[in-house]
Amino acid sequence: MHLSLDGLTVAIDGATLVHSLSLDVPDGSVVGLVGPNGSGKSTALRCVYRALRPTGGTVRVGGDDLASLKPREGARRVAALTQESSSDLDFTVAEVVALGRVPHQRGNGPLTARERELCASAMESMDVAHLAHRGVLTLSGGERQRVLMARALVQEPRVLVLDEPTNHLDVRHQIHLLSLLREVGVTTLVVLHDLNLAAAACDRLGVLSGGRLVAAGPPADVLTPALVREAFGVEATVVPHPLTGAPQLLYRLTHQEGTP
Amino acid sequence: MSPTPAPPLTASPPAAPPAAPRPRWLTTPAGTAVTAAALALLLAASTLPAIGLGTALVPPAETLRYLWAALTGGSIASDEVTRYQIIWNIRTPRVLLAALVGAGLGAVGVAVQALVRNPLADPYILGVSSGASVGAVTVGVLGALAALGPYAVSAGAFAGALAATLLVHLISRSAAGTTPLRLVLTGVALSFGFQAIMSVIVYLVPGNEATSTVLFWTMGGFGAATWGSLPAVAALVLAGLAVLHTLARRLDATALGDETAASLGVDTERLRRVLFLVTALMTGAMVAVSGAIGFVGLVVPHVVRILVGAAHRRVLTVAPLAGAVLMVWVDLASRTVAAPRELPLGVLTALIGVPVFLLLMRRRGYLFGGR
Repeated sequence: MHLSLDGLTVAIDGATLVHSLSLDVPDGSVVGLVGPNGSGKSTALRCVYRALRPTGGTVRVGGDDLASLKPREGARRVAALTQESSSDLDFTVAEVVALGRVPHQRGNGPLTARERELCASAMESMDVAHLAHRGVLTLSGGERQRVLMARALVQEPRVLVLDEPTNHLDVRHQIHLLSLLREVGVTTLVVLHDLNLAAAACDRLGVLSGGRLVAAGPPADVLTPALVREAFGVEATVVPHPLTGAPQLLYRLTHQEGTP
Repeated sequence: MSPTPAPPLTASPPAAPPAAPRPRWLTTPAGTAVTAAALALLLAASTLPAIGLGTALVPPAETLRYLWAALTGGSIASDEVTRYQIIWNIRTPRVLLAALVGAGLGAVGVAVQALVRNPLADPYILGVSSGASVGAVTVGVLGALAALGPYAVSAGAFAGALAATLLVHLISRSAAGTTPLRLVLTGVALSFGFQAIMSVIVYLVPGNEATSTVLFWTMGGFGAATWGSLPAVAALVLAGLAVLHTLARRLDATALGDETAASLGVDTERLRRVLFLVTALMTGAMVAVSGAIGFVGLVVPHVVRILVGAAHRRVLTVAPLAGAVLMVWVDLASRTVAAPRELPLGVLTALIGVPVFLLLMRRRGYLFGGR
């Protein structure tokens, strides 16, 4: 399902966090959003999973203005992995994963056989099936992140919105998660901090700086030394990956000009 | 494509795959159903001794006979009228009220803890009880609402509870919606304000009337229970329980955080408004007839979560039953332990509840909001 941000603007308490951001995420593609801290990435995402109402512009999902959809209908189309990973209550892993079915259910009835199957396979694919009956508050950060990802998959969304999904994950699970995204073929908008992972995982990248989109396009076009210097204030050498050809950034850990 | 497993570093055989994990039995649908059924039976079985025992001791067979006579319109001997009156007109409504209020406090405790996202919250944290006390004392002292006769003070308490809740709601609102922290801070601050107003009234008004009214509302008790006051409380509490039960899954989603709840299609702002209204009406009704009975609404939710897990569908099924059983026994103890004097209910709920709570908390690694 096609996702598009159209002139999205968010202002909170007089500060404009996102300036008329327009971005297309074609059906089935993975688009990465990168940028320095405070550049408005998460704020833009929050508008897509409806934790925030944009001040201006629209978010369209499958052609429909998200604001015109009922919350439940919106949640059937868009699932999110948010940055908040806390829970007040000690639900079991299986219970948290099953909450992904909330937008599809009416009342308090139990899960159907198909839904239970869905939960089991999502837990399997995120490598948390063995934790099914553990309390989520006893898990490590990475385990919890995988549980929340399984919950998002169980939602059977047409669009996935992920805010730093590789946070807390070890390198094996990072690579597994990002390759899974390519495999499931759901339209995905993902915020990533690791530019090399972003270049490897995304069809297109959008670079945000100061709430504005400063570049967008295929990773090889976007991740140039000049842009990395301009947007992140970092000197990087860009080389093609010897096997895949994706651009990879190499840094030198010496004092860099332009950084404090 | 699944990740290729790392090659083993040694030649040792791979560990056997862990056995398929099983949920704790109490947290399964069958376990919860059995728990609920056992508590319901216990509640039913508890009412008989609770009605029969007291300063005037009535044996179970005789108690049953009176209850049967009252329900079927049967006749009793003329020398039994006093005992019949005690059983049917004093103790039965009292025990029913205790069960209702226990059930209501247990469920409201769960709802308020979810509403303000705080394990220390109880049904009175949003100023309902102190607002009710001010309402009751004002009515008692000024003699307002006299048209309502014996229900004037209760009506005043209910009005005070709702006014306090409305005030908390209006003050804690902001452009970005009502956050749990603002809500709880506003509630606590206004509670202090109401208590100050109450103290001023008690101080300025001569006589003991105001003092004893205040004492009743802060300590709580079922001594004022009558058949006349029961239907209104029963209706509000039972309707409230039903509404809370329909919100169970949305409460689960909200416990994962507002952002996640939004991504699951839950309108948290609206959910909070509904919760706020329902808990205020229920608490207001309960406080109006029985005062502020402490501790039950704080501890019953935690004890129930320790037993059946955190899912609200299960907690909201079991907590009302557990609260009702606890309340019936605490009320019985309060009027028999030091008879003919009545011990304050709050004292006994704490004496029974604290050890049970601490024991359960230590036995299971109970977590609420982190380690």
